[in-house]
Amino acid sequence: MALFRSDRIYQRTLTAFALSLPLLILVILGVLLVSALPAIKAFGPSFLWTSTWDPVAEVYGAAPMIFGTLASSLLALLIAVPLALSVAIFLTEFSPRWLRQPVAFLVELLAAIPSVAYGTWGIFVLIPFLRQHVVPVLKALFGWTPFLQGVFYGNSLLAGGIILAIMIVPYIAAVSREVLLAVPTAQREAALAMGATRWETVRSAVLPYGRAGLIGAIILGLGRALGETMAVTMVIGNRHDIGVSLLQPAYTMAAAIANEFSEATTNMYLSALFEVGLILFVLTVAVNAVARILIWRVARGAAVGSKAL
Amino acid sequence: MSGRALRRHLTSRLMTVLVIILSFTAVLALVLILGNLIAKGASSLDWAFFTRSPVPAGQSGGGVANAIVGTVIVVGLAALIGVPVGVGAGMYLAEYGAGRLGFLVRFIADVLNGTPSIVIGIVGWTFIVKPSGRFSALAGSVALAILMIPMLARTTEEMVRLVPHSLREAALALGYPRWRTSLKIVARTAMGGIVTGCLVGIARVAGETAPLLFTALGNLNFSLAVGQPMQTLSLQIYVYATGPFDEWHRLAWASALVLMGLVLVISLAARWVTRQRYGSVR
Repeated sequence: MALFRSDRIYQRTLTAFALSLPLLILVILGVLLVSALPAIKAFGPSFLWTSTWDPVAEVYGAAPMIFGTLASSLLALLIAVPLALSVAIFLTEFSPRWLRQPVAFLVELLAAIPSVAYGTWGIFVLIPFLRQHVVPVLKALFGWTPFLQGVFYGNSLLAGGIILAIMIVPYIAAVSREVLLAVPTAQREAALAMGATRWETVRSAVLPYGRAGLIGAIILGLGRALGETMAVTMVIGNRHDIGVSLLQPAYTMAAAIANEFSEATTNMYLSALFEVGLILFVLTVAVNAVARILIWRVARGAAVGSKAL
Repeated sequence: MSGRALRRHLTSRLMTVLVIILSFTAVLALVLILGNLIAKGASSLDWAFFTRSPVPAGQSGGGVANAIVGTVIVVGLAALIGVPVGVGAGMYLAEYGAGRLGFLVRFIADVLNGTPSIVIGIVGWTFIVKPSGRFSALAGSVALAILMIPMLARTTEEMVRLVPHSLREAALALGYPRWRTSLKIVARTAMGGIVTGCLVGIARVAGETAPLLFTALGNLNFSLAVGQPMQTLSLQIYVYATGPFDEWHRLAWASALVLMGLVLVISLAARWVTRQRYGSVR
């Protein structure tokens, strides 16, 4: 329907740029799939649940990394969600007006710190601190549980989980804040008019309204945590082992690729690492897709959280 | 006040206090990290740090001039590749994105935004490093550009959508072709926002390490050749922080401070640009 031929050219050019995104996701998937094919053929689905990782014998199983990825991310969520939701609730509901801007800015700053800087901080500040002050207390209180067995050398699931938690707090907080800002004021006023206290307003009028979006924000944080590479690689210990103790070293899929990709001398080794990458990619794409659908239901297609990226 | 009302008000108070305590714990973490970075990094920042290349392991002194220049080159090249594609895709979403393709592209952009950067790194390796037979700064830039594109597409779309419809209609009513309306009126009005989006995207990839591990690789010497391995601050920090020497750890802290400063300056510039155009934003 374009009146001008130039309009059609313009539209086609923009469409070409836009098509680069679907193309990109197909290319990424294709590259991972093709490169992982030898490993997929050789080990089949048991790659997912066997835990031998022996480059000499050319036998590979990714269970420890999958376990470590999930465990460290869940630990991170456990720590980060209460903190991040508090920040979001504080900023939208309780904070005096003059404090909102500075706190929001500080939280955005956290998101600007590079991953390696978090890792450096983790190695030289967090781990010594955990060793001297936190782990002895935890052991004294909960030492009888299976989660705190063994000697704490520093690099561990615990350190990885905490670093991840600190990293995803600003992200979850920023998205949750935008979700809560989207809750209509009338919703709050109605609750207050019925005599609800401030907390009851938040709990019964604000949070339920934004529930889908808040869950989306948390899942988005989970997606970040699953794929985070550098900071985790630097503090988690990088050992192919499944253990329930938080004090023991562990491994994540991203860390395994970062550590071993350049050492992978045989084609099968390389292919196994690509399969790890493929699993990680599919997992994060699925997690992100779910999160986006939930957030879109609240925010109707707006790029919520783009500021925190 | 009846007992029940009292209890409700106490609960409200208690939860408010809890929320405040948890919020400040989160903010405290930031203050601690920033404080540590400055305390441990600032003392090593001297003239040599910015102007010299690294010395062999075990010796003291030396600087990270090669990594600073490398970061600028790798990230600059990534912006050259990523900005046109990302902004173009964003313009498409804002102008023609109402249909099914628009929905698909939007969704994929959001999903790609969460892709682990290490995965982008090994894809970049497969596509550029493996066929060409050598690690190169250019391969690193391509990997970073891929990370940038979905981000820029979404922020550009958001910013362009803020332009009032009446403006576009006025231009079209004057007989302007649609492409000129789009470029000269709409995009120009949204320019401040688009630039902000680009700066935020650049700031984010400037701090990335994982996509560069197997593409730009790192380089101990000063290099300007984009077809060769190149050092960046992020790669340098990774090597130094995980290495065995105290001298390296000192340089790692200082480099981390410089890198964070760089990211921060770009982010602040982004805020400044937005404020220039739109006044204060929320």
